[in-house]
Amino acid sequence: MPQRILMAFAALSLIVSACTPQQPAAPTAAPPTAAGASPTQAPLPTGETPRMGGVLTYIVSAAPPTFDGHQSTTFATLMPVSPHYSLLYRLDPADNVSKIIPDVADGLPQVSSDKLTYTIKLKSNVKFHDGTTLTSADVVATYQKIMKPPEGVTSPRQGVYAAVESVTASDPSTVVFKLKFAAGSFLASIASPWNYLYSAAKLKEDPKFYVKNIMGTGPFTFIEYVPGSHWSGRKFADYFDKPKPYLDAYRAVIIGDPARQTAAIRSKQALIEFRGFTPTQRDELSRALGQDLAIQEASWVCVNYVAFNTTVKPFDDERVRRALTLAVDRWSGGEALSKQTIVKAVGGLMRPGGPFAMSDADLEKIPGFYRDNAKAVEEAKKLLADAGVADLTFKFHNRNITTPYEPVALFLINEWKKIGVTATHEVKETAAYLADLRNKNFEVGLDFNCDYFDEPDLQLSKFRSASGLGKGLNFSHYDDPKLDGMIDAQARETDPEKRKQLVWEIERYAMGEKAWMVPVIWWNRIIPYIATVRGYRIGSNHYTTMDMANIWIAEER
Amino acid sequence: MQRYIIGRLLLMVPTLLGVAILTFVIMRVVPGDVVALRYSQSGSVPQEVIDRERDQLGLNKPLHEQFADFMGGIVRFDFGNSLWTGRPVTEEIKGRLGISIELAILSTLLATALALPLGVIAAVKQDSWIDYVIRVFSIGGLAMPSFWLGILAILTLVVLFQWAPPLIFVPIWDDPIENLSQLIWPALVVGYRYSAVATRMTRSSVLEVLRDDYVRTARAKGLRETVVIVRHALRNSLLPVITVISLEFAFLFGGLVVTEQVFNVNGLGKLLVDAVAQRDYTLVQALVLLFSFVFVFVNFIVDVLYGVLDPRIRYG
Repeated sequence: MPQRILMAFAALSLIVSACTPQQPAAPTAAPPTAAGASPTQAPLPTGETPRMGGVLTYIVSAAPPTFDGHQSTTFATLMPVSPHYSLLYRLDPADNVSKIIPDVADGLPQVSSDKLTYTIKLKSNVKFHDGTTLTSADVVATYQKIMKPPEGVTSPRQGVYAAVESVTASDPSTVVFKLKFAAGSFLASIASPWNYLYSAAKLKEDPKFYVKNIMGTGPFTFIEYVPGSHWSGRKFADYFDKPKPYLDAYRAVIIGDPARQTAAIRSKQALIEFRGFTPTQRDELSRALGQDLAIQEASWVCVNYVAFNTTVKPFDDERVRRALTLAVDRWSGGEALSKQTIVKAVGGLMRPGGPFAMSDADLEKIPGFYRDNAKAVEEAKKLLADAGVADLTFKFHNRNITTPYEPVALFLINEWKKIGVTATHEVKETAAYLADLRNKNFEVGLDFNCDYFDEPDLQLSKFRSASGLGKGLNFSHYDDPKLDGMIDAQARETDPEKRKQLVWEIERYAMGEKAWMVPVIWWNRIIPYIATVRGYRIGSNHYTTMDMANIWIAEER
Repeated sequence: MQRYIIGRLLLMVPTLLGVAILTFVIMRVVPGDVVALRYSQSGSVPQEVIDRERDQLGLNKPLHEQFADFMGGIVRFDFGNSLWTGRPVTEEIKGRLGISIELAILSTLLATALALPLGVIAAVKQDSWIDYVIRVFSIGGLAMPSFWLGILAILTLVVLFQWAPPLIFVPIWDDPIENLSQLIWPALVVGYRYSAVATRMTRSSVLEVLRDDYVRTARAKGLRETVVIVRHALRNSLLPVITVISLEFAFLFGGLVVTEQVFNVNGLGKLLVDAVAQRDYTLVQALVLLFSFVFVFVNFIVDVLYGVLDPRIRYG
């Protein structure tokens, strides 16, 4: 009997220890090329020959709402579906941040001297999964569907191609885009990860064919999709970029629960999750898997904004908005919050560290980004007093998603206390939260934006006037024709250096002077994965390079 | 009896109709919009795109027209397409129905296998240490949330055996071992909580019956104690136990939301919660109707079983 009692105690203590939060692992717990080193470095072993074969099982945290990339705006479509498709251009898997390379295009486009005509040659060996050859007619049909969708077909990014006047096929292997005006973002817009190339014949048969069917030119053919469970594909033998893909097959398993996601990686049921884990998940996996785990981290083209409902008092007063952004010590906040959630870097409207980012020295001159927070707090208090709302109180509207919304909101509320502002955290489920933002049924709220590329046209689209092109995007609900003009001017500027200057002017005006809508702290992607996964390079977004063509699985050490 | 059964079956119609109306109204009163949500992950989808898609889905129609479409669909057993995925609602449900049914049956079997003997033993050994142990065990089941037990179970498996239940469902007729190695864990966790309720109910019900005159008579006749307990006491105390077990079974059908999430079981509970969160009206309406039907039908079966188990109950 005493033996049984001892055994019971032993079992109980094991269970309790499994549930007890542990101290973070010592840095030596992980290999120098992986988890234990500077977490921002990419642990990519060099000089290895990719190994053919194997099945990659990875986690996707939501089910795809549609198979049609053109109609989707979610990673939940891109992650399982992208391996079936090719693009005209894509982000370089080896530099998944800013380098655009050809996919089925045979080289970069020939651009006319007036920058209004882009001529693109296609590779000749690109086959669809049904054996037909991809021609310029397929590219034209694809882009016509995106830019001018037929009746009954939705194309959420139609507006992105407002600069395009026409897309035509000058011969079976040449596509010509003619623009109405020179657009600095055009190449990035045709490297969009959503722009899967479809078969013109299939689209002619049924413009909605791709909503429920898969037939592309990508590295993997379709095996099955079990709704809510998993998606799988197998290697396409006629893929044009040989010897890729290296994998025999892939399987995207849908797991929504973060604890189950961690358990799946920990037990090696799944090898990787491409969207991102929290620091807590990273540390748990690092402790448990040690040398078997690799970690890559990168800043993310995702950010939370504080949106002020400028249609209600006192948030129509720029002094109040400026005071609220001034009070926030983003520099200390980024450092502290990065230990518990997925935010880290401080930046303006463009991703810090990205090609359009303002230097820290310039950023620090903008209200809300001062290094001297005490000075900022004094200035903020004075602004509130001048506006007659020294003891301002309001409800801070947020969604019921913990990461990173809850800690970011609590951080802001705490910062505002320093200037005598009392904000009450009002949390709603996502549908109700969005409805309130759209219907102006809030005072101050936490908004967000995620994009696939560092591109001012994308990141600034939320800042256009609410009654104009910003309708449904601009949740501060303001109209500012001057700002619209500034955004248009940068969009038409094709000189990269001049464009940067225009973007920085916008940042100084929209964040500093007007404080229409202000960024909090930019997100940070953390990808812990089983170290046998090779060929993956983290990017600044969770949308691009999801075709799995470059990924291979090394033998276990 | 026949008249009773027909009457009860006919009564299901207004009940389900009431449920359908309530669901339709409640879903439209709650703020939120499936289209806005679908495009919520990108900050660059303009309002006109959202408005156009709402039109295509029929969400801009007047409410009475939407209701007429819904009712017309029910009459034809056509529940429409999911507003979120565009696939037929029946297809969305069909894929998960088998998993939920199997999980509910497994949990019920485990719960019943635990609850009946434990409840009877606790009653027979009333106030002994055996009764106390069973009481602690069953109260533990009531007190511990299933999802917490689930997380604990997965953690224990991963930490001790570097193994976790399979992520993908395989039908039992394809691979029984793979199937059970996925579903046995949630079934155990849910079955434990479920058995706790049934054990408590069995214990109190058997205790009540054990004090009845006919049990004393059976003992006085010199029957073996096992016969007295099983044939006389247990059978007569089964009515409330069956009620509890059946209602729990009906609940399990769609109520295992958190457990399904923890174990990544692709069942109907998770589907319903996702559908509500996504404001997928058509899918929510169909699922709520399905769950209501299961509840009403299980209740009906229980009422019929009463008559079978207790000959004194007669339906006129």
